[in-house]
Amino acid sequence: MSAPNNSFDPVEVTPLHPDEVARMREEALAAIEAAADLAELKEVRLAHASDRSPLALANREIGALPPAAKADAGKRVGGARRDVGQALKARQAVLEAERDERVLIEERVDVTLPWDRAPRGSRHPLTTVAERVADLFVGMGFEIAEGPEVEAEWFNFDALNFQPDHPARTMQDTFFVEGPDGGPSGLVMRTHTSPVQVRALLSRELPVYVVAPGKTFRTDELDATHSPVFHQLEGLVVDRGVTLAHLRGAIDAYVEGVFGEGLRTRFRASYFPFTEPSAEVDMECFVCRGASVGDSDAACRTCSSEGWIEIGGCGVVNPRVLTAAGVDPEVYSGWAFGLGIERTLMFAHGVRDMHDMVEGDIRFTSAFGSEN
Amino acid sequence: MRVPLSWLREYVDLPAEVTARELAGRLTLAGLEVETVDALGADLSGPVVYGRVLSIEELTGFKKPIRFCRVDVGRANGTGEPQEIVCGARNFSEGDLVVVSLPGAELPGGFRIGARKTYGRMSAGMICSATELGLWEDHSGIVVLPEGFGEVGEDAIGPLGLREDVLDIAVTPDRGYALSLRGVARDAAALYGVELRDPAAAAVAEPTGEGHPAEIDPALCDRYVLRGATGFDPDAPTPLWMKRRLHQCGVRPVSLAVDVTNYVMLELGQPLHAWDRAQLRGALRVRAAQEGEKLETLDHVQRSLDADDIVIADDSGPVNIAGVMGGLTTEISLTSTEVLIEAGHFEAMHIARASRRHQLSSESSRRFERGVDSAVQLAAATRAVELLAELGGATVETAYTHLDRTVPREPITVRASHAGSVAGVDYPEGTTEKWLSAVGCEVERDGDLVRATPPTWRPDITDPNDLAEEVIRFEGYENIPSIRPLASGRGLTASQRLRRAVGRALADTGFHEVLNYPFVGQRDLDGLQLEADDDRRRALRLANPLNDEEPLLRTTLLPGLFKALARNVGRGFTDVALYETGLVYRPRPDAPSAPILPVDRGPTAEELARIDAALPEQPRRVGAVIAGNAERAGWWGPGREAVWADAIQAARDIARVAGVELEAEADQHAPWHPGRCAALYVRVDGERLLVGHAGELHPRTVKAFGLPERACAVEVELDRIERARTPVVAPEVSTYPVATQDVALVVDASVPVGRISEALADGAGELLESVRLFDVYTGEQVGEGRKSVAFTLRFRAADRTLTAEEASAARDAAVAVAAERTGAVLRG
Repeated sequence: MSAPNNSFDPVEVTPLHPDEVARMREEALAAIEAAADLAELKEVRLAHASDRSPLALANREIGALPPAAKADAGKRVGGARRDVGQALKARQAVLEAERDERVLIEERVDVTLPWDRAPRGSRHPLTTVAERVADLFVGMGFEIAEGPEVEAEWFNFDALNFQPDHPARTMQDTFFVEGPDGGPSGLVMRTHTSPVQVRALLSRELPVYVVAPGKTFRTDELDATHSPVFHQLEGLVVDRGVTLAHLRGAIDAYVEGVFGEGLRTRFRASYFPFTEPSAEVDMECFVCRGASVGDSDAACRTCSSEGWIEIGGCGVVNPRVLTAAGVDPEVYSGWAFGLGIERTLMFAHGVRDMHDMVEGDIRFTSAFGSEN
Repeated sequence: MRVPLSWLREYVDLPAEVTARELAGRLTLAGLEVETVDALGADLSGPVVYGRVLSIEELTGFKKPIRFCRVDVGRANGTGEPQEIVCGARNFSEGDLVVVSLPGAELPGGFRIGARKTYGRMSAGMICSATELGLWEDHSGIVVLPEGFGEVGEDAIGPLGLREDVLDIAVTPDRGYALSLRGVARDAAALYGVELRDPAAAAVAEPTGEGHPAEIDPALCDRYVLRGATGFDPDAPTPLWMKRRLHQCGVRPVSLAVDVTNYVMLELGQPLHAWDRAQLRGALRVRAAQEGEKLETLDHVQRSLDADDIVIADDSGPVNIAGVMGGLTTEISLTSTEVLIEAGHFEAMHIARASRRHQLSSESSRRFERGVDSAVQLAAATRAVELLAELGGATVETAYTHLDRTVPREPITVRASHAGSVAGVDYPEGTTEKWLSAVGCEVERDGDLVRATPPTWRPDITDPNDLAEEVIRFEGYENIPSIRPLASGRGLTASQRLRRAVGRALADTGFHEVLNYPFVGQRDLDGLQLEADDDRRRALRLANPLNDEEPLLRTTLLPGLFKALARNVGRGFTDVALYETGLVYRPRPDAPSAPILPVDRGPTAEELARIDAALPEQPRRVGAVIAGNAERAGWWGPGREAVWADAIQAARDIARVAGVELEAEADQHAPWHPGRCAALYVRVDGERLLVGHAGELHPRTVKAFGLPERACAVEVELDRIERARTPVVAPEVSTYPVATQDVALVVDASVPVGRISEALADGAGELLESVRLFDVYTGEQVGEGRKSVAFTLRFRAADRTLTAEEASAARDAAVAVAAERTGAVLRG
């Protein structure tokens, strides 16, 4: 850059010559107009509006002019650069609009193309249904208790008031575990989740509010409605002043939580050695709501037109069970229930055949995702 | 227990409008579960009338003898002319009173009667057999009615009882009393608030002398009645009404003497035995059998008796297994005229054991093991001999044997409010007394207390809660309010949450959950290629497996997974990944058998320890198998086959859920490929703990289970992974820039990458943020038996921007440790 020179005549600096400035301006405007897309416009911007563009270089020369000439030259170059800037902006807008209109459309893809490169798996609906039911009770402040699947006979039977030769003991077709010498081992595959009642009472502080979901085993051959391995969810409350009314409330919470509101439940007197009084629990058929009873034209296959569906057993914990678990039945009382998870799944999701639940066919399980 | 409604109504005045279905509903709610209501004869329609056979013409020339009959049916056929009917039966004569279904009638089973030509004659109707009428099973001929049974031409449907509603009740083990009409009637009477006419209440005259001599052991039998009937006509037929009722109750009519014992059993719940008295030798003794004594029972089986069996013995030895089944030689026969009826009250548990021991479940044993009224024996035996007299022309012996060693029952004392506090309902004053009286208790009120002595037919009532149940079931469970319980628990345990999260993580990475049976067989263990001394061969054995090929309980999850995989592949799926979370059962060496502890108190810690020692270890494991493509082929390009590394990564993913790092090490462990198997470890308090294995399966295992080639599997013990969990301390997140350094190291080809990256991490110091392998190269450039491994090291400081020199120094330190431990050389 040259030093100030008062005698310098601006007209004699070629880049600042009015014709030259006009030419640079015209050239830039023409290039802008000619840019066909945003990429070309970017090139044009570099050539005509960047720090190294002719107009920018011309602008630098202004500083070397004598003060009198600066204003005139500045006005001339500044005007040209402003025009170029505006033209760029306008063209940018036009081209962006055009891109939005045309180019993005041309770039469209088929969004229905699959992209299942990494397949997803699923959790078994018996698992998720059991969790769902357990969580209903966890939400009421219950905890989840657990126990072994190979269980001592004492826990599975004796402590639950199944007397040694009582017919009730043979009602549950039990898998017996052989001792090392082929003799008795005192062990069975648990036939119900009820031994967890005794374990919970032995291992927890009172009061006890627990549910115990888990596998259970009986010597039933697999068919459409039976499986030698199945799942129950046990509920147990032992506290002071516990009544059947709370048991009913717990059962109603299950029915409402799984099958929705407005379904009636009923207790039928029944018998279990570990509860007294005992009851079977039915819920109103969620399909026909009783409308199929006695109406042969509207037979209901869900409840066999009974109007009610059996969902489990329950009752007041037999004080003898409390005694065997070291709890004073004079002070504490309790209730318990057992619900069938397979039945819950069958009813809640219309599963027709037990085989589907045990065979592990991925088509069955996939339908439920990982959190049904 | 099958209960014909008309029979029940003999003892209870149920309102006439009560239907069988309604009664069934109320009985069911009160604890007598009516499984079905059979409307017998519901599809029957007339005309079915009495007829008299006027003439019989034998037709010949057919394959079997055929009769052409003219039968007087009065004006039932509209004309009053004899009805002409062709009949194949031969057990009737001219003048017999028979049952005729006329054209237009429909018999049970949708059998429509019409007029048709058969055997060359027109046959307009049918002379009916008992089977055709639905009365009972009898294919020997038509029903010939006794003279005076009905008037010719009159409707026979009603008088014959062809329509009957029968309740089929599934009696629970505690309600033995309901295995009788009498017991069901008592509950029905209470439910409807009407009188019960107790069929056992009739007074019995005192004996006029000693009956057949007998002795009892009161521990085995505390009441014993023997009553004789002499001059019984063995040819006397069982009357139609009795046969019909027996049939409706599911009991096959046999002969009058046997039918009478069954009828009284159904009526009163007391099993009876009828001997041919002429076959008995001397006094009868109720005693324990002697080991090795033999008896051939009615079913023609020679049985070896057990010292626990109760037998009835005469001078010749055992003649009955008491309460279970009679002996063959003394049994009443079709020629017996001297009948001795036995009604005993045998100890329930002995009968239960004997029934199971001899695999003889009879109507009798079913009742005894559930509890029979200890006071009904005399009434039952008397009822039986009186029926033999009435129907079989016998004479009842007025001298009889009645040994009574029963002990009166003690009263049970409860607060009058007890039932209400169990139910959570405020029952009105007097409710408890009302219902306890209704079921037969003797009830006495004493201030706030009620003293109830249970009746002899309710041995199940022993505790205060048994009394509460009787009150609540009649008050109705439907009247119990519903109150939601509210507790204050602490939610799921960490372990329970982990289990769910592991399942979700595996499902998200492509595995489908299966729930396999835990039953395995020797073949499965062999298929796993386990050595003879492999721990996993030591499995618990079931005494009564469903399938003799699979008597063992799984010690590993893998066989079940393999079978599920093969099943899916067999159903046309080539890319399958499965997982299971569940227990395996690992018996402890020399485990004792589990003790049966007392139940009249809680167990001691020592007693519980004895049970624990007997139980197998039951760790929770996660297993997974994967075959085919781990990533699918598609329009984007080819798929990626699942390899050993996918299985190991699945294990790492599982551990990652718990926030635990796994260390992998090459191992040789069945059923995996010996060169492609990793043992997986965690660190617990600085110690290495094996948690499982993963990798590609051994080709022999693949073949044994019919799996796709190169299938891969993993099995880890979740319980052990959990033990490595430590509380998470939140990292401080530095916002200073990262300094990245790549290093390529040349090592001997046998050096595991895991060891190199571990050495780099150890050497890099605390500036290291991460170390990650990005390339493995073998080839000419690094030389035979060598490999080049390239890592990216990321460094970052918490408090400053690292200089290039600092990052390089850290990298050099890392490489130095790697060089020292693995002989790694920086690739030039």
